[in-house]
Amino acid sequence: MSSIAVATIINDDKVEFLCQPDETLLDILRNRLGLMGTKEGCGTGDCGACSTIMDGRVVCSCLVLGAEAQGRTIETIEGMANGSKLHPLQRKFIEHAALQCGICTPGFLMAAKALLEVNPNPTETQIRFWLAGNLCRCTGYDKIVRAVQDAAAEIRGETT
Amino acid sequence: MSFDATNSSKSFKSVGTRPLRPDGVDKVTGRARYGADFNMPGQLVARVLRSKHAHAKIKSIDTSRAETVKGVKAVVTAADLPDLTDGDPALFAVLDNCMARNKAMYDGHAIAAVAAIDEKAAKAALKLIAVDYEILPHVTDVDAATLPDAPVLNEAIFTQGVEPKSTRPSNIANRTEFGHGDVDVGFSHADSVVERSYKTEQTHQGYIEPHACVANCNPDGTAELWVCTQGHFVYRQVCADLLGIEVSKLRVTSSEIGGGFGGKTHVWTEPVALALSRKANRPVKLVMSRDEVFRASGPTSATSIDVKIGANKDGIITAATATLRYTSGPYADMWAELGAMTSFACYDLENVKTVGLEVIVNRPKVAAYRAPSAPMAAFAVESAIDELAQKIGMNPVDFRIQNVASEGTQSSYGPIYGPIGIGPTLEAAKAHPHMSAPLGKNQGRGMACGFWFNFGGQTCTDLNISADGTVTIAVGTVDVGGSRASLSLIAAEELGLSYDNIKAVVADTSTLGYNDMTDGSRGTFSTSMATISAARNAIEIMRHRAALMWDIPLGDVYWEDGHAHAAGTKHGNLAPLSVKDIAAEAGKTGGPIAGHSELVADGAGVSFATHICDIDVDPETGSSRVVRYTVIQDAGKAVHPSYVEGQYQGGAAQGIGWALNEEYIYGEDGRLQNPGFLDYRIPVCSDLPMIDTQILEIPNPKHPYGVRGVGETSIVPPLAAIANAVSNAVGVRMTHIPVSPPRILAALTDAKD
Ligand code: FES
Ligand code: FES
Repeated sequence: MSSIAVATIINDDKVEFLCQPDETLLDILRNRLGLMGTKEGCGTGDCGACSTIMDGRVVCSCLVLGAEAQGRTIETIEGMANGSKLHPLQRKFIEHAALQCGICTPGFLMAAKALLEVNPNPTETQIRFWLAGNLCRCTGYDKIVRAVQDAAAEIRGETT
Repeated sequence: MSFDATNSSKSFKSVGTRPLRPDGVDKVTGRARYGADFNMPGQLVARVLRSKHAHAKIKSIDTSRAETVKGVKAVVTAADLPDLTDGDPALFAVLDNCMARNKAMYDGHAIAAVAAIDEKAAKAALKLIAVDYEILPHVTDVDAATLPDAPVLNEAIFTQGVEPKSTRPSNIANRTEFGHGDVDVGFSHADSVVERSYKTEQTHQGYIEPHACVANCNPDGTAELWVCTQGHFVYRQVCADLLGIEVSKLRVTSSEIGGGFGGKTHVWTEPVALALSRKANRPVKLVMSRDEVFRASGPTSATSIDVKIGANKDGIITAATATLRYTSGPYADMWAELGAMTSFACYDLENVKTVGLEVIVNRPKVAAYRAPSAPMAAFAVESAIDELAQKIGMNPVDFRIQNVASEGTQSSYGPIYGPIGIGPTLEAAKAHPHMSAPLGKNQGRGMACGFWFNFGGQTCTDLNISADGTVTIAVGTVDVGGSRASLSLIAAEELGLSYDNIKAVVADTSTLGYNDMTDGSRGTFSTSMATISAARNAIEIMRHRAALMWDIPLGDVYWEDGHAHAAGTKHGNLAPLSVKDIAAEAGKTGGPIAGHSELVADGAGVSFATHICDIDVDPETGSSRVVRYTVIQDAGKAVHPSYVEGQYQGGAAQGIGWALNEEYIYGEDGRLQNPGFLDYRIPVCSDLPMIDTQILEIPNPKHPYGVRGVGETSIVPPLAAIANAVSNAVGVRMTHIPVSPPRILAALTDAKD
């Protein structure tokens, strides 16, 4: 099969790549572009470890074909911090011990960032349902939810 | 140097605080490298062909067509992994499990593997491997496997532990027995008896990171393995034995680990990756798919348990027995034995007897899962305890307190307890506001207790003092949930430095002495002991150096608050020397300063917990929800309380999933029907409430800081706590885990009829 040429914006950079028609965006990110911060937990859209933001929406990158990324804007975990300055969500995840093994963390951070962009003041229930597509087997989610709440408050300017 | 591990009951400066973890930034920025995040030049991709049959004889395997696929560099079968196990049954089980030799023993059993330049070629080659199977009758159910008409799965297995010795092969691999007293006499004194049978289904640890490794065998006889594992030293030993490599020539590096919970203590595919690399003479990367993780890496046992407990009118348990059948997959193991040991560990019993039966079935080889075997035993026992309390008209918490084990009790599995935390967790539960909070309609409250042994084991740690006075500790236990933070706190405490001056790294197998597996909640317990010992050794050296720098006798130098002090006034006003001062002069006083420690960490204090939960059941659909959950557990000493809470919450969440939802479902054909996260549903964020935790600290007398392991006990009580809560909500005793909606609905319907 011949390869397809794809042009995208990834983390604010223009990125072009060649891909096979059956390659997923997750494969492209990890295997062709070296962006291994995006994780594969299942490859079937059930765990959210591969969550990335495409044109402002959270997607499971294992369910997106590389070819579908043509002309799109993609954010991955590698682009979340501003230089050495962590995003408030990243900082709060560390402060609240919201990660144990950390394999789910990039996916949660992507999903939570997308949430706070559409809803800066979510209730606990809204956070829990928004994040229901991201599996974490270590934490029981308690500290993750608290980290998101705290980051949201900080972004709203309610705490420092 | 001899090391005194006795608890010194000191007050702490660093231990007990909550600093940021050292690997945090790497993990929130995507930089942390897990098993699948590592590549080598010229690396090939490996895929494994797995049996679709539950039980079949492998008559022949023809790989010739697969070998001709363009891009394929090696194909291996069991023939490429000759049996070097020398009669060691445990090692043989690993070998046979990672590549079936004569028979496929379960759906998912590895048959052959391919290494190719890319995934496409590897997959194409797998399709061309021709296997001639002779299908054999199979059995997957724990009870069915023990019936007289069940197919005997392994002709070489004769039940161990029975008198007279068994003469016919059996699916019951061994029988173990624990207890003391005379249960018949005990039951004759009982006024009320509860006797019931319980079942639990098989569950998977469900770590989000699939098994992954990169193997590289060099033609010069050395080899490297990069792998996500809970114990790289053990993996090195097992892989070296199976491949016939000298142990020191195999260097194993543990990646960051994306969850393990016991499942990454066992070797599954690594020898296959090494065999492929050896044959192809190229590095090979092998990553399991999620489907393979479920079908072919180890889940926990399915169980069937009979319990009988009797009590007199005063609420004293007079006798207790349990017979516990645990599946172990195709090979004999000790899962039922662990169940039999843990069953009644929370109680002070005069007459107790437990029997464990290890059952061979056509399911994947069982692996440890967090406090392995204890949750199922606790489910059965704690359900019966609750029912018995009801029967004699006592409140379940008071009934437990009445019979609770304490210091000096002879445990049901033998040893006499030292100071233990079960009583205090029960008292804390009784006093907890959760216990008396009002319940809504269709809601029920349940409680349960849990026990886990905790392990210590062989441990080696290096502590190096840099020229600027900062410190690196190289540890050999894997960081599964924040142990680099807690071990840095320990080193800071002992040396009198600040947490920020310490950097902990997990060393590979070639740079540090042997360490046992990171299991049995031993990571922080045992490595903190070795770290304290290494720090004390380094302090000894620093005292010498200070004596040299001051030119005074060693005996006049003492260590306090991170400084060497000259004793008394006879040496004038010598200002104390800091670690930094001493390190700066190290080149002139005898060279680099380091402390080493090699020890067997004995004295892991046993661990207990009590959980309380409230469940809301929808009587129309049988669906249920945990609405409130409280974990109370003894930590000995919580080194980093945030990560202790995290262990409590994480274990509770796994237990909730096990109790309500998770189960391996096998079809009539013996194939696993739900090998994916869609159909094997673990709890998601919207399923759970906040999980409240209460840390008790009953110091472990055999650890310098009083530390006990904390990682596992939290998964022990939830099955029972939830079953008790659901039973109380619906008014019917639930005896089969998971209490999924269909089972609750069936129980409700039965009760109506
Ligand atoms: S890897 Fe994409 S959802 Fe699991
Ligand atoms: S922290 Fe391990 S899966 Fe979430």
